Amino acid sequence: MNNHSLAKLTNGRAVKLDAIPTLEFEGFKQAILDGTAAGQRVSAMFGDSTEQADITQLYVVMADDEQNRLCVGRTQIQGDKFSSLTPDCPQLHLFEREIAEQFGLKPIGHPWLKPVRYCHSKTNRDAWDRPANESILPAVGDFYQVEGDEVHEVAVGPVHAGIIEPGHFRFQCHGERVFHLEIALGFQHRGVEQAMIGEPTNRSIHYAETLAGDTTIAHTTGYCQAIEALAHCQKTARAQMLRGVALELERLANHVGDLGAISNDVGFLPTASYCGRIRGDFLNMTALLCGSRFGRGMIRPGGVGFDIDAHCAADLLCRLDKAEKDTANAVNLLWDTPSVMARLENTGILPQRVAVELGIVGPAARASGLVRDIRQDQPSGIFRFSHIPVSACDNGDAFGRAFVRWLEIQRSIKFIREQFAAIPAGSPLVEVGPLAPDSFTVTLNEGWRGEVCHTAITNKQGSFARYKIVDPSFHNWPALAYALRGQEISDFPLCNKSFNLSYCGHDL
Amino acid sequence: MVDKLIHILLLLTMPPLLLGIINKTKAWFAGRNGPPVLQAYYDIIKLMRKGMVISRTTTWVFIAGPIVTLATVLLAGMLMPISRFNAPISFAGDLILFAYLFGLARFFTTAAALDTGSPFEGMGAAREVTFACLSEPALFFTLLVLAKVSGSLTLNNMLHCPAGAFSVAMAAPLVLVSIGLFIVLLAETCRIPVDDPNTHLELTMIHEVMVLDHSGPLFGIILYSASMKLFILGAVLLHIISPFQTKTIWMNWPLFIMEMFGLAIVIGIVESVMARLRMRHIPYLLISALLFCGFGFILLVRYYQ
Repeated sequence: MNNHSLAKLTNGRAVKLDAIPTLEFEGFKQAILDGTAAGQRVSAMFGDSTEQADITQLYVVMADDEQNRLCVGRTQIQGDKFSSLTPDCPQLHLFEREIAEQFGLKPIGHPWLKPVRYCHSKTNRDAWDRPANESILPAVGDFYQVEGDEVHEVAVGPVHAGIIEPGHFRFQCHGERVFHLEIALGFQHRGVEQAMIGEPTNRSIHYAETLAGDTTIAHTTGYCQAIEALAHCQKTARAQMLRGVALELERLANHVGDLGAISNDVGFLPTASYCGRIRGDFLNMTALLCGSRFGRGMIRPGGVGFDIDAHCAADLLCRLDKAEKDTANAVNLLWDTPSVMARLENTGILPQRVAVELGIVGPAARASGLVRDIRQDQPSGIFRFSHIPVSACDNGDAFGRAFVRWLEIQRSIKFIREQFAAIPAGSPLVEVGPLAPDSFTVTLNEGWRGEVCHTAITNKQGSFARYKIVDPSFHNWPALAYALRGQEISDFPLCNKSFNLSYCGHDL
Repeated sequence: MVDKLIHILLLLTMPPLLLGIINKTKAWFAGRNGPPVLQAYYDIIKLMRKGMVISRTTTWVFIAGPIVTLATVLLAGMLMPISRFNAPISFAGDLILFAYLFGLARFFTTAAALDTGSPFEGMGAAREVTFACLSEPALFFTLLVLAKVSGSLTLNNMLHCPAGAFSVAMAAPLVLVSIGLFIVLLAETCRIPVDDPNTHLELTMIHEVMVLDHSGPLFGIILYSASMKLFILGAVLLHIISPFQTKTIWMNWPLFIMEMFGLAIVIGIVESVMARLRMRHIPYLLISALLFCGFGFILLVRYYQ
């Protein structure tokens, strides 16, 4: 039971495009099913157009966490339809909808074929046979409905009461109880993948930095690693260490902010307001490194844009000590307050079996007992040398997701301290050459929300022919919808915060 | 006459100050400076000067909601004696009117919410009346206990029963009803742990979600009458837990104001140290309030047999 027909890759290494086998569709399907049966998961599945208009290429990137490697394969689809894999492999659900939307291919047998981002396809086909000149409005269309006299429907968004991103949520409720939740996104679709195609320009790095504003470091690292892999560039140990520190600082700021937001949603003031401030302290540490609180300008192809000196490192460590103490004080209040625990425990449970089937990543997966962490499973950069233990918990509820964040906060702080104990010498930035032609690379990074996957394919001229980004939110939105089944509708904001997914990372 | 004027003056001007004190207490616990104590006044004045957006689907009920609420709460405030001074309006059996004025206010608030046709407001209205089924009997038992203790059906006599008339046997029932009444106070005025007055999440709110569509002066009236409700229920609770009076008669006014501030600080502390209850668990809390008050009444009836 293994998918030997796929090419084996390492995270952040480039191979010639020829090395990726083109399978018959049946073989491609079997390779994916065998892989998921053997415990692999789908990191990305995407289409790519070929020179012939009626042939579309499908790529799949499977992560084999046991063997610490990636399995990549492709197939060619002739015509405008293919047989859907979703009934056998639910984690492909959104990927197939995306392929249908972008390339006008109909996945026959897909149980819930709707657009993902409500945009026009790249080809002259349309999976829903809509006329080409018709404008497509987000979240317009049929939603899943539950029939019954006592069933009522609640629609929330895209404009929300708080200052958050736009998304539409459709609840089917029976009194206070939620039967079903359907989420419609796509309001923030900007076409980043399309803009990345061609020679990397001065703008490309800024697109990467703003893919999801709170995941700047992880996305930019993914993008830079892809360029470095394709250009066969060797970074210095110093640059890799600084990238690791920046990534963990991003995780710290967001996890602390999330814990504050979670306690705000349960109406517990002390932690909410202290965490809001401490998040700022961590953001300021990133600003100390590179001058931007969100890490803009820190990661650059070939290394990092800003070096660190002994004085800055000492200052950062001193701030870290203080922030660590403050965080412990604020966060431990949560676990010690019975009324808070009563709200968090058994709220929004995501069972492990479902997390596996939906291919959930990041803290949400680890809270459901899946030991899944790119820093351990597919390490790149500094994480090959310096390990961070995986923080997991098997509750699968809002408490689990909050507690995993707290564990990760403590371990990230320890990691940064270890790195600063021995800062390697070397230049922070090295020259990056031209990209290798006809090549393929996948980079995975553990952002604070989970796996950030960037896949790049170059053409004969050595510029990007296809650039595919998978934000962890793309994997995890269905988990939120699932976790809300049978819950009370008034617990939705809390469940939502415990996942805290990105809208723009999903919409791209 | 002067006392009646002071009563009306306090009733009209003091309530928003309580919100300011609660928020200052909460801010202190959270390590912030918090908004100015007078912020609620600024908010109400600001709202009064704004325009209104009224949905075309609504009818006169939508506008009547806040106005009737303010009128009923004002009238309830006139029926309720403050400290040792008599209420401006008083008659035998006024406790029934007092209790049902709140009921009338609730009816009009929920009717105005349903009038908008929004699913959120319908949800809020459903929650409000469900929880009222439990808090209303608790309030009634409290009034019954007071009526039994004082032997009168007039709020004036019920609420300031002379200290000498108390016997030890009344202590336990009165302690029980004050606990119950405090929970009812938190529930009726939408405070944590029942409702979160600061939340902006339309799916979790109870009272706030019912008034989502009200804007401008109508919303100002809602804020004002909500704070007045807090003031009135707080004053009733103070009668029970703190029947102290000074010899100098006029000194009772400042004493009352101080006690009211103390109560606001206690509410602020409760809101700061605990999280909001899960919606499913709120009835448990209200049932416990009902049991406290009901049990207090049973104890008292047993004693008089």
